[in-house]
Amino acid sequence: MITLTHFLIVGACLFSIGLYAVMARRNAIMVLVGIELMINAAVLNLVAFGRYDSEHYGGQAFALFAIVLAAASVAVALAIILNVYRHYKTINPEDINHLKD
Amino acid sequence: MELAFVIEKVVLVTLIFVVTLVIAMYSTLAERKVAGFMQDRFGPDRAGPFGILQPLCDGGKFFFKEEIIPAGAHKSLFILGPTIAIITACIGSAVIPWGQSLTIGDRVIELQVTDVNIGVLYMFGVVALGVYGIMLGGWASNNKFSLMGAVRAASQSISYELAMGLALIALLMVTQTLSLKEIVEQQSGFVNWNIWVQPLGFLIFLVCAFAECNRVPFDLPECETELIGGYNLEYSSMKLGLYMFSEYINMFVSSALMATLYFGGYNFPFMYDLGLSQNWITIIGVIVFFAKIFAFIFFFMWIRWTLPRFRYDQLMNLGWKVLIPLAIANIVLTGVITIINDTFF
Amino acid sequence: MSVFYFVAFLSIFFALMTIFTKNPVHSVLYLVITFFTFTVHYILLNAQFLAVVNFIVYMGAIMVLFLFVLMLLNLNKDTEPLKSNLVKFMGVIAGMCLLVTLAASFRLLQISDPVVLKNPDIGLVSNLGKVLFSDFLLPFEISSILLLTAMVGAVLLAKNDPKKV
Repeated sequence: MITLTHFLIVGACLFSIGLYAVMARRNAIMVLVGIELMINAAVLNLVAFGRYDSEHYGGQAFALFAIVLAAASVAVALAIILNVYRHYKTINPEDINHLKD
Repeated sequence: MELAFVIEKVVLVTLIFVVTLVIAMYSTLAERKVAGFMQDRFGPDRAGPFGILQPLCDGGKFFFKEEIIPAGAHKSLFILGPTIAIITACIGSAVIPWGQSLTIGDRVIELQVTDVNIGVLYMFGVVALGVYGIMLGGWASNNKFSLMGAVRAASQSISYELAMGLALIALLMVTQTLSLKEIVEQQSGFVNWNIWVQPLGFLIFLVCAFAECNRVPFDLPECETELIGGYNLEYSSMKLGLYMFSEYINMFVSSALMATLYFGGYNFPFMYDLGLSQNWITIIGVIVFFAKIFAFIFFFMWIRWTLPRFRYDQLMNLGWKVLIPLAIANIVLTGVITIINDTFF
Repeated sequence: MSVFYFVAFLSIFFALMTIFTKNPVHSVLYLVITFFTFTVHYILLNAQFLAVVNFIVYMGAIMVLFLFVLMLLNLNKDTEPLKSNLVKFMGVIAGMCLLVTLAASFRLLQISDPVVLKNPDIGLVSNLGKVLFSDFLLPFEISSILLLTAMVGAVLLAKNDPKKV
């Protein structure tokens, strides 16, 4: 029988994978991909919790808001990455270490 | 899940698939015939009577041409591109209600593959996926012109999806359901068609459908004069054929969708007043539905030989500065009229 | 039931492919497949509307944006310099530690009820819509403002400033 724990474990695995990507990749877009994975793992958890909330539908409503927030943040983040690339000709977060001159 | 049900659905899916492909095939011929008609010439008329074997010749030519994958291309994605394009074009037809139910013996057969209660959103998702085929193909070709075509296609598709979605929201405010079957059922007769309550929404949807299908006047991803062919520049043989084919299938599916959403689908005037049996109503309904679809396909071709292509900035301006504000205004207008209707009538 | 295990395996497998592939475009494509498995998860959890939203928003919009930026930056070569093994090792350790901690904490929990349909219509559009427009009206409005702000911000950031250049 599939219990809540099963879904939570899948979410935990995906969150950890996303964390690895954030820490170990040297490409701002891949870091962003890692963040997306983590957000989605959280959304999966929210939906799974939502199965136990039969009165307020809180889980799914919050999942919806999380998706909206993720979409907004990605749009802005990608625009920032484009600008950074234009300025520094690299998107390695470690090379972007100059202040405005 | 009984066996008869499975067989029924498999037959229906196969039938729809075959009909889709045949219509897409003959759309290519129709396009050239219509072009000939518009330009006062004959069009293809050598292969068979009236050139009806022309699509077969074209298909044969595509199959027997040399298959070229450019040396610098990304091989797997190069193959994946047209595959995704044709698959996303085909799966869209799954939720379209082709007709009412047929009764054979004591079995009632619904002429719709599946009636999901979020059919409109499903269509929207499929449309959103379609851009991957073009983008991947254009990028994997490793050619500047292809990439430019792919980037144009992607930005065009994303921009016009927004206006399309907003136009649909106004429609959904009227119909109050996301199921395509229910939307069609609400439009029985002639006066109930959604076009009468959502004329502006239909206009926006129509323009966006043109843009989503990459048809003239929005065929910037593949304009020969600027991009020497666009995203499918490096493609040859049947892969190019698949891209072209998916374009015609898209045209067919979007025509079907417009007929479903705004022009009553399989409904025709006086359908219950003629004293016909249910099966006859269904059969005539299917014929009427296809007549509407063909009318839209003809309209697509008519526009192609009437309007010139937009410039790229004009395209973006039309999408973002005209269609989206219009669509939002349409939503507000629909809301106000709904409230007035509810309170005063 | 076996569907769940299969889909869960696919999600984790493709997520791993996402982060271990060198080529960013491949990696984004694997992420698209991962998101598709999420859609299947949501359907299994009876959240159809959320499944479709995930499909449209993530696969249709966000990932296209990613691809778009990758193509504009032309990072298709493996230009990414490799991080030192130490950092990678740290990444693995951190990820695994988190995973172990989370898994262990789940074990300590009571075995939860099987996921059953308490209310089968929970994910339907009409129900979710009613909740969104009654209980969650304020967050809904605020998120719409947030989206508008993000849109304006993204346009402003990505636009070439004619005065500067």
